[in-house]
Amino acid sequence: MTKPDLLAPQPPAETVPPLSRRKFVKAGMAVAGAAYAAALGYPLYRYLATPAEHADALAAVKEVTLAEADKLPRESAMLFKFAGRPALLLHHADDTWTALTAVCTHLGCTVQFDKDRKAIYCACHGGLYDPKTGANISGPPPKPLLNYKAQVLPGKVVVSRA
Amino acid sequence: MPDLKKIGTALYAWVNERLDLEPMLKHARAKTVPVHKHTFWYYWGGISLCLFVVQVVTGILLMIYYRPGPDAYASVREITYEVHFGWLIRSLHAWAANLMVAAIFVHMFSVFFMKAYQKPREFGWWTGLALLGLCMVFGFSGYLLPMDELSFFATKVGLSIPGVIPGAEPVIAALVRAGPEVNEFTVQRFFALHVVVLPLLFIPLLAFHLFLIQKHGNALPPSERLKPEAARKSIPFFPNFALKDLAVWLIVINVLALLAAFFPWQLGPQADLLKPAPIGIHPEWYFMSQFELLKVIGRVLTGVAGELAGIGLFTVGMVLWALIPFYDTETGGGRRARRATYFGLFVLLAMAALTIYGYFDLK
Repeated sequence: MTKPDLLAPQPPAETVPPLSRRKFVKAGMAVAGAAYAAALGYPLYRYLATPAEHADALAAVKEVTLAEADKLPRESAMLFKFAGRPALLLHHADDTWTALTAVCTHLGCTVQFDKDRKAIYCACHGGLYDPKTGANISGPPPKPLLNYKAQVLPGKVVVSRA
Repeated sequence: MPDLKKIGTALYAWVNERLDLEPMLKHARAKTVPVHKHTFWYYWGGISLCLFVVQVVTGILLMIYYRPGPDAYASVREITYEVHFGWLIRSLHAWAANLMVAAIFVHMFSVFFMKAYQKPREFGWWTGLALLGLCMVFGFSGYLLPMDELSFFATKVGLSIPGVIPGAEPVIAALVRAGPEVNEFTVQRFFALHVVVLPLLFIPLLAFHLFLIQKHGNALPPSERLKPEAARKSIPFFPNFALKDLAVWLIVINVLALLAAFFPWQLGPQADLLKPAPIGIHPEWYFMSQFELLKVIGRVLTGVAGELAGIGLFTVGMVLWALIPFYDTETGGGRRARRATYFGLFVLLAMAALTIYGYFDLK
């Protein structure tokens, strides 16, 4: 390849075609249309999203106190609400406790404690989780259940984010 | 890049082969709108339609949070103060309702004075009147839904007026009010009326009304009819008039948005059976002339007799108004045409005067 000859006469610079009236009006209408769409779309989105935003605010909850939950018998479980979503408190046979989210990681059904199988079971698609760790052990769930910290005190159980 | 135009043509051909769209398009292409010094009035039906669409959209949005029955007031309070832009949606709905009634009145009187009710357009006149009547019921039933002090008393008074007709009160109590006083059952059934029954009646009627304007086209005012055919001017509906229509709609929506944003609709204190009616309470402006008529007659003719006379007078007026196409049949003008015009002017002036007087007559 040879170097370009800088001294060679250059072709005349291409003239920019003047902005036609039609193009200008079209662009203006597009901008105005977009402005209208935004002016209608934004309030509409916020209007419809209000409850979800309130739920998000609720999700910031750090800790819940479950009164009398320390009386939960061994080898049983109870559902409670944590940050607006279902959660599961388990009292095991060896007197240890586990708290975890009760929302199946597969498609969001609420799970339950299955005493016979000694597992957390999801009735929707048969997913199984380890009741002590929340690890997914069988079936379709792709991820373990999220663990919370359970603090057993006289007359109450305090559940907080781990 | 695929040739969009080619795809569009093919798609159209496919649909056209099955639905035979050609005659419809031919009709649309041939449609024209007369141009003369009264063309301005042709926009008012479209304005009413545009506002009706706003009502449908904002009404559906309000329904997302509104709860009829005992919770009604609390839910409107939430819409107004807690839901993002809820105040705006509610304001748009209330303002558009008022503007729609106003636009329909303008439309009706312009149709009247252009004598557009004459043959063959009688059905357009009657369906239009029925639509206006339904709008008034829409307005009356919607007014109760927030269940604040004003809605409560407005409904109470509104239902008491026909109650003076002998034998009507027990029927109203059983079928409309659901008891001797306005209560949560009233608001529940007004809600059903407002969002299901009325739209079910209104939309087919509106469709028929719009079909008629396609069938008959715009009516010419008497002054134009006198001109020879060659001297009349017109423009195509597509795209010329349709674009103008669209521009007017844009103006209407902007005016509506400004009103709703700068004069948001208020929510009064909750309706309370044990509170006296607030001083200066009055009906919405579109019920004011009827209300004032009753009040004025009541001063001359006291008691139930006055009420009945007022209702009777108003009913006779409405019947005459609806029957005008049978009286004023001469398209070329004449004595009956002139009398019809005077009758229209009288109705317009009487309604305006009663409405204005009504606002001065509040104390």
